[in-house]
Amino acid sequence: MSMVLLSYTDLALAAVLVIALAALSVRMKLSLWKQLIIAASRTTVQLLLIGLVLKAVFANARLPWITLIAFFMLLAAGREVTARQKRRLAGFWGFGVGTGSMFVSSFTVTIFALLAIVGNTPWYAPQYAIPLLGMLLGNTMNGVALGINYLTQAAWEQRNIIEERLILGEDRTQAILDIRRESVRTGLIPIINSMAAAGIISLPGMMTGQILAGSPPVEAVKYQILIMFLIAAGTGFGTLVAVWLTSHRLFDARHRLRLDRLAGFVESS
Amino acid sequence: MGKLVVEELRFRKHGPFSFLVNAGECVGLTGPSGIGKTLMLRAIIDLDPHEGKVFVDDIECNSVSAPEWRKMVGMLQAETQWWHDTVGEHMNNPPPELLQRLGFDQDVLNWEVRRLSTGEKQRLGLVRVLCNFPKVLLLDEPTASLDVCNAEEVEKIIKEYMAANGAAVLWVAHDLDQLKRLCGRYFVMESEKELREIKL
Repeated sequence: MSMVLLSYTDLALAAVLVIALAALSVRMKLSLWKQLIIAASRTTVQLLLIGLVLKAVFANARLPWITLIAFFMLLAAGREVTARQKRRLAGFWGFGVGTGSMFVSSFTVTIFALLAIVGNTPWYAPQYAIPLLGMLLGNTMNGVALGINYLTQAAWEQRNIIEERLILGEDRTQAILDIRRESVRTGLIPIINSMAAAGIISLPGMMTGQILAGSPPVEAVKYQILIMFLIAAGTGFGTLVAVWLTSHRLFDARHRLRLDRLAGFVESS
Repeated sequence: MGKLVVEELRFRKHGPFSFLVNAGECVGLTGPSGIGKTLMLRAIIDLDPHEGKVFVDDIECNSVSAPEWRKMVGMLQAETQWWHDTVGEHMNNPPPELLQRLGFDQDVLNWEVRRLSTGEKQRLGLVRVLCNFPKVLLLDEPTASLDVCNAEEVEKIIKEYMAANGAAVLWVAHDLDQLKRLCGRYFVMESEKELREIKL
């Protein structure tokens, strides 16, 4: 069985559904229609563009190009993580910690998977490298953003407790241990949930796509399991590194809580 | 034994302040609200960045790790914080007679923290900090939310601890009668720059 190719008319039919939803929200005065239309347009334009980019890269599979695209994706993810922080680290740290930890985890796991598991020639074949990295970055980004956001927010709210623990002679690691543990948990819950629900409640997107494209279901499932494990590892390591770096930055060498290193800090008198 | 020596201490816009509290001596610190008395205690215990030197006997603050320093220099905050579920998880082998003198029996260690009143927290906070056997004690209005009876007991306990261990005590209070009762001298923080010593 080969894949049913979609025409632009087919896409237009699906778009009618979104437009109908927008029209309904206008009638119900939900003031949502603008966001809905903008988001739908963005999806269309961004995906068509990436389609063209991928087409070009697939035709010309050279490592420098793929590296360039990979770093572009990384920086975009870093920007997204920064934007999602309510109280981020001030200065370069806010962007650097999130981006650095995603780089370490997503890139390592992707390269490991390409070299040790997929084993293509060349190992960086873009048909595998870019979608793999994309899935890893997308999920790691969520974990990292949730983890850092919980950490800085909780440190802000529980500063009196952290400082009391320091006063009583605990070191910085002990004083923030509970918060740190909870931050990592918060970052990992989405992937743990989706692993637990996979196959029973949800059919993951990648596997569904492969089946639609005509792959035998069992082969598609094997790929999906691989991806789930890679995502769990990538998200886990990325969140751990990000939470560790951020909590380290929240204290100085003399074990003092330094909330003045968060953006928007105003010293009380 | 513990002698507290403060040399040219500066923090934020405050100071420089220099003074010492001898081993076994209790010195008061008073002044208008918001002038920076608590900030000074925080600087001494190295919880806020500061300049100048602080010694306990001949040990300089930066010559030991911050957690070691803070066990040597105990501080009782005006509002104590509790984070575990029960009281007992916060302290190391509290002496039963100390608990008893403050009106608690041994069962208090199983009490839930969220049910404690402000006064109970303040008294248990004292027990908690004394479990570290600090050589210097910084007390930030330690009897502010206690009734007369408990306040007297706290004063007695601190005096005895001071005498038995040769600890230096810096006692922040607004109540001048209390300071006169406890201290041979006290400081008035009159401004961010000025510490006036009053001998009794």
